Amino acid sequence: MDILIAFLVMFGIAVLVGILLLLCSHFFAVKENPLKRQVRECLPGINCGACGYKGCDDYALAIAEDGARPNLCIPGGQEVADQIGEILDIKVEPFEDVNAFVACNGNCDAAVKLADYEGVKTCSAASMLYGGTNACRFACLGFGDCAAVCPQNAICLKDGIAHVDASLCFGCGLCVKTCPKHIIYMVPQVIKTVVTCSNTQKGAEARKACKNACIACRKCEKICPNGAIKVENNMAVIYYDKCTNCGACVKECPTGCLKTLDFDDKR
Amino acid sequence: MDAFKTLIVILLSSVFVDNYVLSRFLGICPFLGVSEKRNQAVGMGVAVTIVMLIATAVTWPIQYFVLDALNLGFLQNIVFILIIAALVQMLEMLLKKFIPALHKGLGVYLPLITTNCAVLGVTINNILDGYTFVQSMVSSLGCGLGFLLAMVLFSGLRSRINNANVPAPFKGLGVTLIAASFISLAFMGFSGIVEKIFA
Repeated sequence: MDILIAFLVMFGIAVLVGILLLLCSHFFAVKENPLKRQVRECLPGINCGACGYKGCDDYALAIAEDGARPNLCIPGGQEVADQIGEILDIKVEPFEDVNAFVACNGNCDAAVKLADYEGVKTCSAASMLYGGTNACRFACLGFGDCAAVCPQNAICLKDGIAHVDASLCFGCGLCVKTCPKHIIYMVPQVIKTVVTCSNTQKGAEARKACKNACIACRKCEKICPNGAIKVENNMAVIYYDKCTNCGACVKECPTGCLKTLDFDDKR
Repeated sequence: MDAFKTLIVILLSSVFVDNYVLSRFLGICPFLGVSEKRNQAVGMGVAVTIVMLIATAVTWPIQYFVLDALNLGFLQNIVFILIIAALVQMLEMLLKKFIPALHKGLGVYLPLITTNCAVLGVTINNILDGYTFVQSMVSSLGCGLGFLLAMVLFSGLRSRINNANVPAPFKGLGVTLIAASFISLAFMGFSGIVEKIFA
């Protein structure tokens, strides 16, 4: 009997409160900016935060009221930017599709390990302990902090390093911010030739730490017909505005750290 | 006259001696979160004061006329939480409608009052201390004012800290918490004073 009374009292209070809230929301409703709603409907609604705002709602409000640029939505890309531009009746700057790319090829066979790591299985924890157990200070640690943060599950761990599945990646850049080694970069989708190494040590040291490292031999620099590769700071750097994906450097590279990627393929 | 004296003692002691933030350590989240700018701190303090007053005005009669009358005192916590949460929702709608600037300034912290332990603490302590309705209202007004006072004092202190040369390990939250502990220590000086005002 007591439990019934308790139940009824709770139920009564809850219903009363619910009705009051309903009345309040009815009488004190605030008209939303119709522009904001229209913009919000164009956005993908995954709240990734790549645009720099707190979520799609926040970004839509910023576009509608504070005049934020409409081409910041990375998952939405050109399509969404165009739609928003249509709603606001303004010209939208072209949008560049980018994918995340892990600049390390130090897989189990190639990379030299200095010690066994038995601690917390995250990259951030492992990198706090003397920068990880790899001989190469720039190596992917392979615990998958980037995979954990990826909203698309586009990152898989294979042979001890992270790989980005370009067909799933929409370029939100969360993994770039997460990686404690800062070896994940955003690469324009048109680019197929990449340097899969981040080691800026001298050639011999880099080679000792990892068989697949860039040893700064400058062969790629010499062979490139467009002058798109320069060795800077002991590492080959591709200038994406000049690269034509001819693949000459890939054939020349002695350690195989230059690679041609097919971004449309599932790897 | 005695009743009036009691009210003054309740008011002063809840502002200074039993300050909810600095002596009882309730409501720390908004205390640290919104105290960065003075006007936001004042807004938050006023919002919490209003919520405390309304919450007490609603929960006191419910405790004595519904829960105690039906012998359901054990429902106190859950009923109070429900009511406070609903009140905050209503207050948010009202603010959004009538004072949008304050609504935007408070941002995420207004919904946080929903689960603010200071508000729940005030309503429950009023019942525990056996206050009458008028005494409860005065007590919650005092608690709200005490919260406002702590917020304003602390926002002033934080604006000074921002310009100070803080050692690297203490930067950010560290030095903020240390400053909060100093204010809290300073408020311990009030203990025992208020009770002796009319002695």
